[in-house]
Amino acid sequence: MPAVSMTVNGKAVTADVDIRTLLVQFLRENLRLTGTHVGCDTSQCGACVVHLDGIAVKSCTTLAVQAEGCTVLTIEGLAAPNGPLHPMQEAFREHHGLQCGFCTPGMVMTAVDMVRRKGNELDEKTIRHELDGNLCRCTGYHNIVKAIAAGARAMKGA
Amino acid sequence: MSATGIGAAVRRKEDLRFITGKGQYTDDISRPGETRAVFLRSPHAHAKIKRVDTKAAAAMPGVIAVLTGADLAQDKIGNLICGWMIHSKDGSPMKMAPHPAIAANKVCCVGDQVAVVIAETLAEGKDAAEKIKVDYEVLPAVVDAAKAQSAPAIHESAPKNTIYQWHLGDAKAVDAAIKSAKHVTRLDIVNNRLVPNAMEPRVAIAEYDSGTDNLTLWNTTQNPHVARLVISAFVGMAPEHKLRVIAPDVGGGFGSKIFIYPEEVVCLWAARLVGRPVKWTSDRSEAFVADAHGRDHITHAEMAFGEGGKITAIKVKTIANLGAYMSTFSSSVPTYLYATLLSGQYDIPAIYCEVDAVYTNTAPVDAYRGAGRPEATFVVERLVEVGAREEGMDPAELRRKNFIKTFPHQTPVIMNYDAGDYGASLKKALDLADVKGFDKRKRESERAGKLRGLGYSSYIEACGIAPSQAVGSLGCGVGLWESAEVRVNPTGSVEVLTGSHSHGQGHETTFAQLVSERLSIPIENVSVVHGDTDKVQFGMGTYGSRSGAVGMSAVVKALDKVEAKAKKVAAYMMEAAEGDIVFKDGKFTVAGTDKSVAWGDVTLNAYIAHKFAGSQLEPGLKEGAFYDPTNFTFPAGCHICEVEIDPETGNTEIVGWTAVDDFGTVVNPMIVEGQVHGGVAQGIGQALLESAIYNAEGQLVSGSFMDYTMPRAENLPSLKVDTTMTKCPSNPLGIKGCGEAGAIAAPAAVVNAITDAIGSEDLAMPATPPAVWAAIRKAAKMQKAA
Repeated sequence: MPAVSMTVNGKAVTADVDIRTLLVQFLRENLRLTGTHVGCDTSQCGACVVHLDGIAVKSCTTLAVQAEGCTVLTIEGLAAPNGPLHPMQEAFREHHGLQCGFCTPGMVMTAVDMVRRKGNELDEKTIRHELDGNLCRCTGYHNIVKAIAAGARAMKGA
Repeated sequence: MSATGIGAAVRRKEDLRFITGKGQYTDDISRPGETRAVFLRSPHAHAKIKRVDTKAAAAMPGVIAVLTGADLAQDKIGNLICGWMIHSKDGSPMKMAPHPAIAANKVCCVGDQVAVVIAETLAEGKDAAEKIKVDYEVLPAVVDAAKAQSAPAIHESAPKNTIYQWHLGDAKAVDAAIKSAKHVTRLDIVNNRLVPNAMEPRVAIAEYDSGTDNLTLWNTTQNPHVARLVISAFVGMAPEHKLRVIAPDVGGGFGSKIFIYPEEVVCLWAARLVGRPVKWTSDRSEAFVADAHGRDHITHAEMAFGEGGKITAIKVKTIANLGAYMSTFSSSVPTYLYATLLSGQYDIPAIYCEVDAVYTNTAPVDAYRGAGRPEATFVVERLVEVGAREEGMDPAELRRKNFIKTFPHQTPVIMNYDAGDYGASLKKALDLADVKGFDKRKRESERAGKLRGLGYSSYIEACGIAPSQAVGSLGCGVGLWESAEVRVNPTGSVEVLTGSHSHGQGHETTFAQLVSERLSIPIENVSVVHGDTDKVQFGMGTYGSRSGAVGMSAVVKALDKVEAKAKKVAAYMMEAAEGDIVFKDGKFTVAGTDKSVAWGDVTLNAYIAHKFAGSQLEPGLKEGAFYDPTNFTFPAGCHICEVEIDPETGNTEIVGWTAVDDFGTVVNPMIVEGQVHGGVAQGIGQALLESAIYNAEGQLVSGSFMDYTMPRAENLPSLKVDTTMTKCPSNPLGIKGCGEAGAIAAPAAVVNAITDAIGSEDLAMPATPPAVWAAIRKAAKMQKAA
């Protein structure tokens, strides 16, 4: 079994893993960071989105060994420990952008990446288009769209 | 209204853990020493199992056990059951075929369990499952419900694959009304089969403690107590008091997590056999074939009209596809949750409905958001809309003419509507949707080469499920009351235990709002406990929009008892007569005096018990209640959909959505709006995108998110959501329920809008671009021929 090393949420981690271990399995099972979810097996739902070297990836479609030497940010590391929530997290709560909460970590991580790529002023059309890789069955996306627009604006000040 | 009381848009208490990744879903739980279960599933829709050879699999690395249907039968593990008895019109009981948790002799659908591997790791389990050799004798499959009754029987106990032939209503009166009608509208309708697809796949973890002989099941379920009851009393896994079922955070249900599934039974059985915890996590691909599906009706419907557009009768004949086995509540969905709603919002003197439920070689079909009521609404609202078009009447006007206007109203199909104002929601929706400006918008679309259409859906549903005696008389095997316990701590904080279960609905917030308002305590001082049979004594779970109307009513009843007891304590504290104590704004006052004690003083005194003797009053402050509703509740409203269609591509864009719903009392408008959004999205999904498609061999062609079109953000519009209000007189808070409304209302509104735009009624769901394009071409061809 190869050893894999990476930095996850600011902490250096090393482990021996079966070569076929997915990044999401490594996060959930080895590190017990269970905030990153698995909602499908075809890279469609986006519940597993994390940031790899600052860029959103689907951790169900990334091998753990591909993250060798990389920096990984999961939902658990988005806000500083004991610090305030990230503005995007706060916006999801304020705008009722979640119901069952299962897709939420992936939605939030995707939204933060969307802001990185598209800026702080996001219109509805852009947000809906950019959410193509994230499925939610509860909200009809209505409040997720509102939350992301508000969160993006709030990130400007943060 | 207080800032955290009933009617306030309180931000959700549960959100903090979900937005920070601290939720505890079943798959997030890992038990010491746990093993993984991997199921081998049938690749055939219908086949005899001639031999299962597990030898090679058992020798694979990491394999602890390989178990088959024969092993299950040998251990006398009972079959899964359907808990609602339906009798055919000839009086015979429904034909419930055996449903073993692992098939032993034959498989009846793709995905049927054939064996299970228990292994150290998931990867080892998957590798080993591939080594199991099964000899099948493939049998012809039937997937089309319309052909089921003439196909070879799947189950010996169900000739002609017929589960029941049921009916409701007065056939003679309906036939007479149709004969003497001024006009009859006739429609053939297919209500497409859907896959619920809650974002969290199902998971079960079973653990056996040989020291205490206790079994524990962590399970993605909407009703842990019913799961425990069925797994104990019918499957015979363990006595009820030796089985604990825990439903932690559950990631959506929409009905699909009500049912008792084979996998949880197998995990419990295997955990005892191998003496270690057994965990099964469904893949999405597995979920597509192993979760119960929804809808799947083939219907012929007729609506008779008299003078001036007066509806005089409805006649409906439906074939309901229940799949390969009868799932837990499947029998009730196309019968008492369907035909009883065929009166819609209208005063219709005569209704008759016949339903044949059939077996096919497809996944079992059971309740999915709305369960029977979306199917009924689709029938009624399509008939009304098409009837208006055929009669040259304004569809809103035709509806208005036929609305029930006085309450209570007894329909010809069991239901007694207790309150509503259907005209009010229609009027508000017409204004909000700017229906007056539609013609102008249509002309603008036409100038751009587009078609524009407007569709209504004035739906009704029966929720707050349900009065136990009433459902018992209709064949339901359980009572549908709800329980609550209010535990007041010495310091005045409160734990509310409820038999309802939250899997996205926000009970931790709304139930706390009720307590905060009633006791005038901060909402932070209230915790809501649910989803654990060791904590909550019993409960019936969450489905049928019942948690507010039934679950919160139980909390009200328990709070009444708490207040009564607290008044006794306060009376002793102030040396006053109990009858003189008034509880208001969190204070107990002796009427007509300025003597008072605060809530926290009373709660402390209830426990220290220094002011009264044990012979006078029991110490403590904890009360429980069971609430059995007196009637169903009847949420109703009007949804208006506006579409623009590109005739060159058949692509439909929803350009306007207006929902005006009467849910009675609204506890938290933010949460209620969210429920409407989600329901509408699922209804639009059914109308435009989603369909479980089986090929003739019984293979599920749309069996992944690559093939089954889930609604994405870009497929959906922003929604205008509003309410009207008539209080529900049948429960103490006046709540009607909101969880299913959107899914019930939406499909008819969408299809009415599209057919309005294209000028043809010949369109089945899902109205995909090719389907709409073909319907436009066909209509044009027919027009040319005429």
